[in-house]
Amino acid sequence: MMTLKVNGHDHQIDADPDTPLLYVLRDDIKLNAAKFGCGLGQCGACTVIVDGKAVLSCVTPLLLLEGKQVTTLEGLGTIDAPAPIQRAFMEEQAAQCGYCIAGMMMRAQALLQKNPKPTDAQIRAELEPHLCRCGTHMRILRAVHRAARLMDTAELSSTTQAIVHGSAP
Amino acid sequence: MPKPRTTAGIIAALLIGGAVAVFAVVWRPAISATEPPAPQSFDANLVKRGRDLAAIGNCNDCHTVRGGKAFAGGLPVPTPFGTIYSSNITPDPETGIGRWSEAAFLRAMRSGVDRAGRHLYPTFPYDHFINVSDEDDRALYAFLMTRPAVHAPAHANDLAFPLNQRFVVAGWKLLFLRHGTYQQDAAQGAEWNRGAYLVEGLAHCGACHTPRNALGAERASASFSGGDVDNWHAYAINARSPAPVPWDTDALFRYLRQGWHPDHGVARGPMAEVVSNLSSVPESDVHAIAAYMASVFGPPTQDHLRQASDVRAQIKSPPLELSPTHAAGASIYSAACASCHETGRPLPYGGVNLGLSTALSAPDPRNAANIVLSGIRPVEGERSPIMPGFASSMTDQQVAALLDYLRSRFSNQPPWNGVEKAVQDARLTQTVFVQTSAGPQNAPADPTQRDKP
Ligand code: HEC
Ligand code: HEC
Ligand code: HEC
Repeated sequence: MMTLKVNGHDHQIDADPDTPLLYVLRDDIKLNAAKFGCGLGQCGACTVIVDGKAVLSCVTPLLLLEGKQVTTLEGLGTIDAPAPIQRAFMEEQAAQCGYCIAGMMMRAQALLQKNPKPTDAQIRAELEPHLCRCGTHMRILRAVHRAARLMDTAELSSTTQAIVHGSAP
Repeated sequence: MPKPRTTAGIIAALLIGGAVAVFAVVWRPAISATEPPAPQSFDANLVKRGRDLAAIGNCNDCHTVRGGKAFAGGLPVPTPFGTIYSSNITPDPETGIGRWSEAAFLRAMRSGVDRAGRHLYPTFPYDHFINVSDEDDRALYAFLMTRPAVHAPAHANDLAFPLNQRFVVAGWKLLFLRHGTYQQDAAQGAEWNRGAYLVEGLAHCGACHTPRNALGAERASASFSGGDVDNWHAYAINARSPAPVPWDTDALFRYLRQGWHPDHGVARGPMAEVVSNLSSVPESDVHAIAAYMASVFGPPTQDHLRQASDVRAQIKSPPLELSPTHAAGASIYSAACASCHETGRPLPYGGVNLGLSTALSAPDPRNAANIVLSGIRPVEGERSPIMPGFASSMTDQQVAALLDYLRSRFSNQPPWNGVEKAVQDARLTQTVFVQTSAGPQNAPADPTQRDKP
């Protein structure tokens, strides 16, 4: 048994310590935003945020997460109250099949938290580990810029902010 | 006892004599500026040869920044004395070497003096380029002068006084710059001599692989005994090699040509840039380099051969017991690493058994820390091995525990000291390296797929 903090909540997890975080999120906690792509840390679809940093959950075993805060896309916003990054991706219609998008959003979110005004080049460099087969890269780029503007002007909803910065209950 | 006047006279004479000597050492004339030569004035074959030579000399690695124009300079080259920025060596007349005559270029390669007569810092490895033949220098000149001119003013160096005074370099040269070009060794064959000429000269392998003294010069008595570059350790590549399996000509050729070898893994960091260049030059030159280096390594000792067969035996039947002293590191390894490194997935995509890794038998943990934190990044547009980095998912303590375990399990060397500090340093420096270096940070798995520029 281990306690895993996800989106501000403690979960009691009964799994081997070498289980990848991705399996625990999807199979045990039923949070399905993070996707299984390659299972080898090479495509980015499984990206979540751990203590403010983008992490590939398919190659991150549970035993590395003792005492750390995990945030998944579900923790950023909901369908009714999407977070700025989610609104921006919707407004730019950045998803086509959508499989890579949750991962893209998570890494973009982590980027914007440490660099609120990234340049085009910085966004490209940061999102390099993410593959997209549909080819919506240009829309994704625009969406990240839009999210930066949204975060700058609109205030984050207080819950999102609390979770992302790790101070939620 | 001399009269005060004579003493003063002697002192004055000494001072003047000294000043003349210093002047002779320091002063170099300017070579007059010429009109930039027309690209058509160069023979196409000469330019083509210059291209290959520039690749062997790694000119692009130091003179191009990530995302920047080729050869436009501006790359910060960190040294223990401060940061030196590489120059623009495109034929731009104002900010590059457009107004340099061939003679000025030859002098720079030979003795580290720019067209205007100023001393250049030995970060520009002219202590090796001094061995390059005039003929090869001409080909390099032809190649550079036919590149697109880029307007890019020099970036000021970040050096403290007195090192920011270029005349100081003259003293350094007096102490450390060997004169005369490379001499053939008649006792050896043509291939060996070709390899020696390239390794000691243009390819400047010793610039990274030979340790330096307090004044930043290579220690001639310790050639190829292992050096430092960009917070990587360039392993000893002589009889002191820490590689678990001894290197031979064939392995060297494949590693230098393709960037990896099944008994040694992939080239990373600064070495990835070297092998990426060597993948594009005539095969015979890489053969020659491998043949010469094999003689520098020398034949393996009985001990080394025994170690190699032990390693192979361990790979076949790994120990079942996890070491109790390194329980934390052992469980991280089996959870996060073994799935790629101990499953026999095809190489180089799978990852070698870590018993073969020189990184884990090296004198310090820098390279291993760099690899675990940053992983191995894909080469743009090519099939290449990839390993995810663990910088964001592991704390310094976790990485340190892992490295301690890897050292104890996969190497026959004593434990490393200061592992956690090395991990902290690796975090800082790798971010910088990855951002500024033009890369690639990994070796292409099959360079034959690539079109030559
Ligand atoms: C290890 C890094 C490194 C490599 C490799 C390297 N250079 Fe340089 N080079 C430098 C640096 C740094 C300077 C600037 C030195 C200074 O400002 O004193 C420089 C300066 C020069 C200059 C003088 C330019 C000027 O305007 O003063 C020339 C010419 C030059 N390099 C040519 C080459 C060629 C040709 C090659 C390949 C055969 C090469 N370099 C490889 C680092 C490098
Ligand atoms: C810019 C610095 C640099 C230059 C120049 C350079 N190397 Fe290296 N080399 C390195 C570094 C750093 C490593 C360790 C890389 C790693 O851990 O993957 C290395 C690794 C190697 C290895 C692997 C050793 C082992 O046991 O795994 C060989 C062999 C080697 N270099 C040969 C050469 C030869 C031959 C040349 C000249 C043609 C050369 N290197 C030039 C930096 C350099
Ligand atoms: C998704 C697959 C994958 C995972 C997971 C992985 N690696 Fe790797 N690793 C590779 C590949 C591919 C290479 C490059 C080929 C090579 O050199 O073996 C590599 C290279 C290395 C090397 C260099 C070996 C050499 O050539 O000297 C070390 C050290 C290493 N990995 C350590 C680790 C550690 C420690 C972990 C766990 C924290 C890990 N790797 C997890 C795929 C992986």
